Amino acid sequence: MDARIVRELRAIVGDRGLITSPEELHTYECDGLTNFRVMPDAVLLPDSTEQVQAILRICHHERIPFVARGAGTGLSGGALPVENGIVLSLARMNRILEIDLLNARVVVEPGVTNLAISDRVLAQNYFYAPDPSSQSVCSIGGNVAENSGGAHCLKYGFTTTHVLGLEVVLADGTLLHLGGKTLDTPGYDLAGVFVGSEGTLGVATKIILRIVKRPECVQTLLAAFPSTNEAGAAVSDIIAAGMLPAAMEMMDNLAIQAAEAAVHANYPQCGALLLVELDGPAAEVQALMMHVDEICRRNAAAEIRVAQSDAERALVWKGRKAAFAAVGRISPNYIVQDGVIPRTALPQVMSEIDQLSRQAGIRVANVFHAGDGNLHPLVLYDRSIAGQEEAAEALSYQILEICIAAGGSITGEHGVGEDKKMAMSKMFSEPDLETMQRLRCAFDPLRLANPTKIFPRPRLCGEKPGKYVAHPLEAAGIAERF
Amino acid sequence: MDGVPSATVTQHAAFADAARVIVSAEFVRAAGATDAVAGIHPQTIVEPGDEQELSAILKLANEYGLAVIPRGGGTKLGWGNPPMRADVVVSTARLNRVVEHAWADLTVTVEAGCTIQNLQETLAQHGQRLALDPLWPERATVGGVLATNDSGALRLRFGALRDLIIGVTLALPDGTLAKSGGKVVKNVAGYDLPKLVTGALGTLGAITRAVFRVHPLPKDARTVSCVAGDLDDAQRLLLAIQDSQLAHSALQLRYAENELPELDILFEATETGLVAQIEQLGSIVAPATLTDQGSEIWKSRQELYAEANSSDMQSVVAKVSVLPSCIAKMLKFFANISVNSGSLRHRAVVQATGLACVLCEGSQANVDAALHRLRTELEHDGGSLVIANQRAGFLSAEAWGAPGDALPLMRSIKQQFDAKGTLNPGRFVGGI
Repeated sequence: MDARIVRELRAIVGDRGLITSPEELHTYECDGLTNFRVMPDAVLLPDSTEQVQAILRICHHERIPFVARGAGTGLSGGALPVENGIVLSLARMNRILEIDLLNARVVVEPGVTNLAISDRVLAQNYFYAPDPSSQSVCSIGGNVAENSGGAHCLKYGFTTTHVLGLEVVLADGTLLHLGGKTLDTPGYDLAGVFVGSEGTLGVATKIILRIVKRPECVQTLLAAFPSTNEAGAAVSDIIAAGMLPAAMEMMDNLAIQAAEAAVHANYPQCGALLLVELDGPAAEVQALMMHVDEICRRNAAAEIRVAQSDAERALVWKGRKAAFAAVGRISPNYIVQDGVIPRTALPQVMSEIDQLSRQAGIRVANVFHAGDGNLHPLVLYDRSIAGQEEAAEALSYQILEICIAAGGSITGEHGVGEDKKMAMSKMFSEPDLETMQRLRCAFDPLRLANPTKIFPRPRLCGEKPGKYVAHPLEAAGIAERF
Repeated sequence: MDGVPSATVTQHAAFADAARVIVSAEFVRAAGATDAVAGIHPQTIVEPGDEQELSAILKLANEYGLAVIPRGGGTKLGWGNPPMRADVVVSTARLNRVVEHAWADLTVTVEAGCTIQNLQETLAQHGQRLALDPLWPERATVGGVLATNDSGALRLRFGALRDLIIGVTLALPDGTLAKSGGKVVKNVAGYDLPKLVTGALGTLGAITRAVFRVHPLPKDARTVSCVAGDLDDAQRLLLAIQDSQLAHSALQLRYAENELPELDILFEATETGLVAQIEQLGSIVAPATLTDQGSEIWKSRQELYAEANSSDMQSVVAKVSVLPSCIAKMLKFFANISVNSGSLRHRAVVQATGLACVLCEGSQANVDAALHRLRTELEHDGGSLVIANQRAGFLSAEAWGAPGDALPLMRSIKQQFDAKGTLNPGRFVGGI
């Protein structure tokens, strides 16, 4: 990067807020998806909205692409740097600015971790509902970018349900307010559009969130089934009975083995485990839990445990929340997939995945958000065996094709990012994708915000201005352009 | 409208002829007096038979430079500002199928012209519902309810349309027919265009179909009411109930001048759950007492709208949004204005979400002044006031109020989706 630009950036964030040494830049060359790596030219760590604006004005002026980054826990390469670009880390903007319990709203900066919000309002019996498995480290800014879900979004909704308003800096440095503390602010629902846009529409610098009162009672049932078919049938029956549990999670045998090896959750060994959590008023939860128990037994559940205390619940959840990492205990390398299917297609999709897995000689462990059909197949392989990585990647992609063919989606909560942009053409037609990109053209006509993500083929927004060329006087440091 | 040349008679005739090539002739007709949109008279009504036809008609009108008003049940045509131009009404009356109710997957795909009531009846066959109680469900359509972002009392628990819609198909003026979202509840692939068009008043594209997540019908339901001592008392009770661990589905405050405010609370649960919750509620509201209430009380909001539409007196309904903690303040402010201007009367139905429907009756000057003052006050506190039934020429006030600093961006979006300003020109915020 040009020394002049580095000087200008340093003037904004100071020495502590600018990283340019290659050793330190390595930290930022990938996010949670580690098979893609790009070295950024620089990493900036602003600590205010004004600094973000000043940085983006320079990027705009110099036509430098930027990638905003939270905690870097994303699994689709959303925070992967782009060539000749900078990374904007929001880690230092980590203040909880306002807590309004009367209206159940909080205002936070993007670098605040997901769990920090729930911790802050715990004493008042409130919590922030979206709970991605990485919630103790992932940032709210990243959750906004990815529209993160979690196990409890079946009942409580996704990040987008809980974001009421945003302060946003556009790619040209313009500061805007989308949505607000009150509902239905006049105009287009741009807060709704911004959430889940994977950093391609701008940078959120303040976020107004809804918090939720803790339910009076929470009970978690753990049932062991002979296979995922019986467990899936139990899920169908629970839904047919008109219940909407707070969470329904399923793990297959391989995932159970991995969880046991890693965190000793004391799960029963079986073909499939189903975890059903009900919450709400105590009388209601107790009545419904008896019904869930009966449904599980009717579907051949061999062992049923109901966790009543917080400690018991924590143990039941421990294995599930650790499942991705736990797979590391039974396989040197793995790919976390994130497809969605209409839940009723589960038996068929499972048998297709099983068949592909046998053909390829590659094991697949399955963890699902069973209530909403979000599958997390974990494709296990060993990089040291020639050809296995490619075979695993191919298998992982075939699983997505199965999801699309079943009428589902290529991503339920991890995002498209770098990883799945080519699969977008499988799920959407060209006019669909072109229409989405009109939105990007309105927000960021020069395509500087995370420009290489989501779409397989970027659309040019009308006439694309050429690269800015400095006047010779400017270059010589004699004149400055404002 | 002054300064905007209307399309010529020959243009209209040529458009109608070309439209009859796309849609069978009987579904292209001359507009009548009842087709007026906020006092503006369109020339032609077209009823396409499917979304390809609708897309082709929209493209045709766009090419002819004619302004298009998409129309569902026509129940909320007065919402927003009067259009700058209105040439062609594209009716979704024939796009009225429930395409697929995947009940075991908790989703439904439905065409835009299906009425909410028809949709609910189909869903009820499998014990499910769209958890939304919009105005006039027997006539209001999926597309119209989406475009106006209408929501009722159930929003407190189940969220707004933005939280229920999971997929959409849009016809754009340039002839593009595009899908976004999908038919699974959980999906983050691509931009969330379903949310973009929800509440966009048909200014970006015509919604041709939508996919929703649906909810189980409640096993049992009961409504109870409670009379508050005054507005402050009502505010206190409302916040106390919201801060409790009850799982109520709706909570509204009904207010009329010279009457005590009343709270209505809807519980939906098993019989056991209902009894326990109502008992808990009783101890929260004590010393006030609870009385059983009929489910028709949840039509109170609709009654205010209906009254405004039919009233001989000049009246306006405004959709007001405030923070839940500012509900009493808002109502008191209104009461003060009424006291100071004798001929003004008002009533309100306020949801615990802070969304209120306020009926304001009186002389034009008084209503105008009152809404203006209330809007200024609300916007100062971060709230908003949107006038729902703009009667042609009645009010000087614009329907939407201050659009905020994102207006230039909204204009850019409009430009990207509808460069010629074909769809509902002028009806949305900031003259979009």
